[in-house]
Amino acid sequence: MSPSNGQTNGTPKVGVYVCHCGINIAGKVHVDAVVEFASKLPYVTVAKEYKFMCSDPGQDIIAQDIRDGKVNRVVVASCSPLMHEATFRKATAAGGGNAFMFQMANIREHVSWVTHDKGLATDKAKALVAAAVERVTLHKPLEKTKVPVHADVLIVGGGIAGIHAALTLADSGKKVYLVEKEPTIGGHMAQFDKTFPTLDCSACILTPKMSSVRAHPNITLWTYSEVSEVSGFVGNFKVKVKRKPRYIIEDLCVGCYECIEGCIYKEAKVKDEFNVGLSKRRPIYIPFPQATPLVAVIDPETCIEFRTHRCKKSCATACERNAVDFNQTEEIKEIEVGAIILATGFKVFDAARIPRYGYGKYPDVYSALEIERLVNAAGPTGGEVKMANGEKPKAVGIIHCVGSRDAKTNKYCSRVCCMYSLKLAHLIHERTDAEVYNFYIDMRTPGKGYEEFYDRLLEENVHFIRGRVAEVNDWAITPEEKGKLIIRCEDTLIGMVRRIPVDMVVLSTGLEAQADADDVRRMFNISCSHEGWFLERHPKLAPVSTFTDGVFLAGACQGPKDIPDSVAQAGAAAAEAMALIDKGFVELEPNTAYVQEEFCSGCRTCIALCPYSAIGYNEESKKASVNGALCKGCGTCVAACPSAALQQNLFTDEQIFREIKGVVSYV
Amino acid sequence: MAYLYYPGCSLKSTGRAYEESMRAVFAKVGIPLEELEDWNCCGATSYMSVSELKAFALSARNFALAEKQGGRDKTTDLIVPCAACYLGLSKAHKYLDEFPDIRSKVDEALAAAGLKYSNNLKIRHPLDVLVNDVKKDRLAGLVTQPLKGLKVACYYGCQIVRPYAEFDDQDSPQSMEKIFRILGAEIIDWPIKTRCCGGSLSGTVPEVGLRLSYLLLLEATRRGADCIATACPLCQFNLECYQPKMSSLYNEKIDIPVLYFTQLAGIAMGLGEKELGLQRLFVPMRYTPAPAASSGGQHVTK
Repeated sequence: MSPSNGQTNGTPKVGVYVCHCGINIAGKVHVDAVVEFASKLPYVTVAKEYKFMCSDPGQDIIAQDIRDGKVNRVVVASCSPLMHEATFRKATAAGGGNAFMFQMANIREHVSWVTHDKGLATDKAKALVAAAVERVTLHKPLEKTKVPVHADVLIVGGGIAGIHAALTLADSGKKVYLVEKEPTIGGHMAQFDKTFPTLDCSACILTPKMSSVRAHPNITLWTYSEVSEVSGFVGNFKVKVKRKPRYIIEDLCVGCYECIEGCIYKEAKVKDEFNVGLSKRRPIYIPFPQATPLVAVIDPETCIEFRTHRCKKSCATACERNAVDFNQTEEIKEIEVGAIILATGFKVFDAARIPRYGYGKYPDVYSALEIERLVNAAGPTGGEVKMANGEKPKAVGIIHCVGSRDAKTNKYCSRVCCMYSLKLAHLIHERTDAEVYNFYIDMRTPGKGYEEFYDRLLEENVHFIRGRVAEVNDWAITPEEKGKLIIRCEDTLIGMVRRIPVDMVVLSTGLEAQADADDVRRMFNISCSHEGWFLERHPKLAPVSTFTDGVFLAGACQGPKDIPDSVAQAGAAAAEAMALIDKGFVELEPNTAYVQEEFCSGCRTCIALCPYSAIGYNEESKKASVNGALCKGCGTCVAACPSAALQQNLFTDEQIFREIKGVVSYV
Repeated sequence: MAYLYYPGCSLKSTGRAYEESMRAVFAKVGIPLEELEDWNCCGATSYMSVSELKAFALSARNFALAEKQGGRDKTTDLIVPCAACYLGLSKAHKYLDEFPDIRSKVDEALAAAGLKYSNNLKIRHPLDVLVNDVKKDRLAGLVTQPLKGLKVACYYGCQIVRPYAEFDDQDSPQSMEKIFRILGAEIIDWPIKTRCCGGSLSGTVPEVGLRLSYLLLLEATRRGADCIATACPLCQFNLECYQPKMSSLYNEKIDIPVLYFTQLAGIAMGLGEKELGLQRLFVPMRYTPAPAASSGGQHVTK
C-alpha cells in the first residue's frame, strides 16, 4: 500500500479544535486567541474551541463537521497524544473520514503545564497549532493491519507476584513460562516468618502455591534461569532464556539430600543465602526444605571440584540416581509468547550504607530480614531470638525508615516497614519478653486491619518513640549503659534528646529496585522511574501496563508493595494478558516504511540495518522493497537511506519539514 | 602537581604547630606547598552568622587570588587545613556555584577590586590530599619509625566531613585511620569521633563547652587511647589546653596528649621535634617510636 496511490481526500479542508481541558489549558492559554489565529491559517475551514474535546459532545463536533462536508482533515489542540490520540482518531473515523487524516497539537503537557506566562504560553500554542495544520494537509489515508497473537505468556520472577500471575493464567488454560533466576521460586515471601496483620505463617500460605506451580500442566517452570534476549512485539515476542547449569539433572533429582550429606565438606562453610548469612550451607545444597523445585544445586564458586578439579566427588557417589553431572553446560531455550509479565521484585536496602546505625560493626545490630529468619521456627536458631553471646535480649530497639524517607538514601516511603516492624515487635516481645522500642517518624498503617494491629501492639506495651534515630553506638555515659547499645534520638513528642540503652537493634530497612533493574528495563524496552522502579503506563488508569504494549508489571518491581497489593496486581496483570490473548489479534500502527523506487539506487545500506529483516532486494529491478507485515516502523532505514528513497508513513520527510515550517513561520 | 596553601588566622597563631608539621610532612611526601599571597580571612563563623554575603565575598577574594596565582589555564587545588576555614570556603564554593543571585553580587564586589573568579578551583583538606593524591606505597616507604604499639583515637570534629566534604563518610570517616594504619599505629574504636568539641563555647559558656570536650577525652581514655589525633586547630586547643581545669571540675583525672595528625605522621617519618612543633604541646607526647626493624615503640611513664 503506497500512499502515493491512495486517495488524498480532495482539497484540504482543515478543522482546528482547541480544547480548554477545564482550566488545565484555558488557565494558561488564551484559547480564543488561538482559535482566532487558527481560523486565518491556510486551508483551515473551521476553528472552534470546546471545554472538553475528549467528551462525547466534543468528539461529536468533529464527526458532525466531517459529515457536513466542512472538514476533511482534523487538528485537535489538547493534551498528549499518549492520552487521547486514539480518541480523536476514532472521532475522525466516526464522521466518515480516515482515522489518520488527523494530527494532534499538545498544548497541555508541552505548553500550559510548563509555562508560567500566559502570553508566552499562547504564543507557543499558536506555533504548535500552525505546525499541526501545515502537517495534516499532507496526511494520507492509511489502514491498520491486524496480526494474530501468540497465546503463551512469559512471567519473569517467581516471587509471590509471579507465582500468583502464573497460576491465574494457567488455570484459565494459558500456557505459561515462569522464569526465576534463583534455584527456587518463593522469593522474599518464603523468607518471612509471619505475615501482617493476621500473623498467618508465611510459608504455610505460600508453599501450597509453590507446589501448585510445580504440578500445573500448563506451567513450564525454569528456575536458575534468566531471560537473555527479547525481540518482536506485542502478541509476537521471541524470547531467549538462559538456563544456568545447576550441575544436577533436574529430572532425576528427587531432593533426598543424600548428595548434600555426601559432600566432602563435613561442615557447612558457605554463607546461606536463604538465611541471609546467619547460617552456613555446603557448596551443594537445597535452599530450604520447601524449595520448588526440590532439586539440589552446586555452587561452582565454592565447590572444590570446580576450584581444583581434584575432589573425589563424593556427592556424585552418594546419589543413587546419578543425578549429579559436573559437565552440565548453560542451555539457551527459545520461546514465542504473546504477552510478558515482569514480576522481578525488589532488593533490601543495605543498612551498612548508613554507618551511624552500626550495622556490620556491632554484632547485635540486625537487619529486619535477618530477624525474620531468627524468629522463624525453621531458621538458624530454631525460632529463638538470641544475641551474639547466646543470651536473650532484655531490651530491643526497632529503628524505622532505614533507607526510606531520607534525602541521603531514598526519599520515598517503602510502605511495608511500619507494618513489618509492628509484626517483628510483636514476635520479639512474644519470644523474649523483652522491652521493645519502636523509633518511628510517622506510623503509616493504611490497610485493612492494619491500624487495628497497631492498636493491639500499643496494648501489648510495646514502646513507641516518635523521632528519627541519630546514631547507635556503644558509648556508655552512665553505669546502666555499660555493655549496651545506645540508641540516641530526639523524642519529638516530649521535645528532648533521649538515650535508650538496648541489647539488640533491628533496622527496618527499606525496599529498593533490583540492582539489575536498568538492564532488565532495557531488555524489555520499558521505562524506569527516577528511583529505578519499573514505570507503569498510567499511575491510576493503567497501573500494570507499560509503555511497551504486551509487557505488564506485577508486584514490587513497580514500587514498594506488601503481599496483598502484590497479589492483587499480579491478578490484574494476568487479566490484562488474558484480555490481549483472548482478543486474538493486535492492530499495528501503519507507520511502516516504503521505498520510492524511482530514487532507490540499490545500495542495500538499509537491508543490513533493519532489526526486523523486513527489507528485501529485488534482483531484477535492483531495488529494495519493504515487507509491510514485518516492518515495525522504527525508522532506522529511513534515516540511513543516502538518497531519501525510503520514507515512512506518518513520518514522511515532507510532513516533517512542513511541521517545522509551521513552527518556524509563526515565530 | 603543585598545591596552593591557605593558612587562615589559626595556623599563624594558636595552630602554629599544625602549619609547621604539615609543611614538614608535605615536603617529605614530595608535595610542595606554596602559600597563597595576600590571603584574607576566610569569612568563617562570625562573619557567616552576621552577613552571609560578606562572608562569601571574603571567601571569593581568596578564590580569585588563588586562581590568579595558580594559573588560569588549569584547575587550582587550594589546601585548607583549618576545619573552620575548610567549611567556610567549601560553603562559599558551593553557594557561588549553585546560586546565581549570590554569585552575581559577589562577582560585582570582586570586579570592584579588579578581581575575577571563574570556578576553576578545588577546596582540599590536607587529609583528603594525603589519602587520595598520595599513593599508599609512597606513604609507607617514608616510614622510618613505625608507630607500633601506639593506640590512636582519630578525631575529626564536626566541620571537616559535614556537610560539604565529599572525600569521606560523614558519619564514620576513615581517612585518618587509613593513614595511621599505614604508619603502623593501632586505631581504637571510638564512635564519637565526629562529635562537637565545644567549639567557641569552651571560652564563652564553659559549663557547656568544657563538658563536651571532657566527654570526648574521658571516652578516649576509657577505651585505652594513648593519644588523640586531630585535624582542626580549635579542636586541638579545646581538647588539650583545658585538661587540668576539667580534671578538677569533673573530679576525674584527664591527661592525654592531643596532636595534629600531621605531627603524628611526622614522628613516624622520623622528623625532628622542632620541625613538627612538638615542643609547643601542653600535654607532652609520651611515646618514643622504635626504629623500623625492632618490635615496637616505648611508652614513657611519668
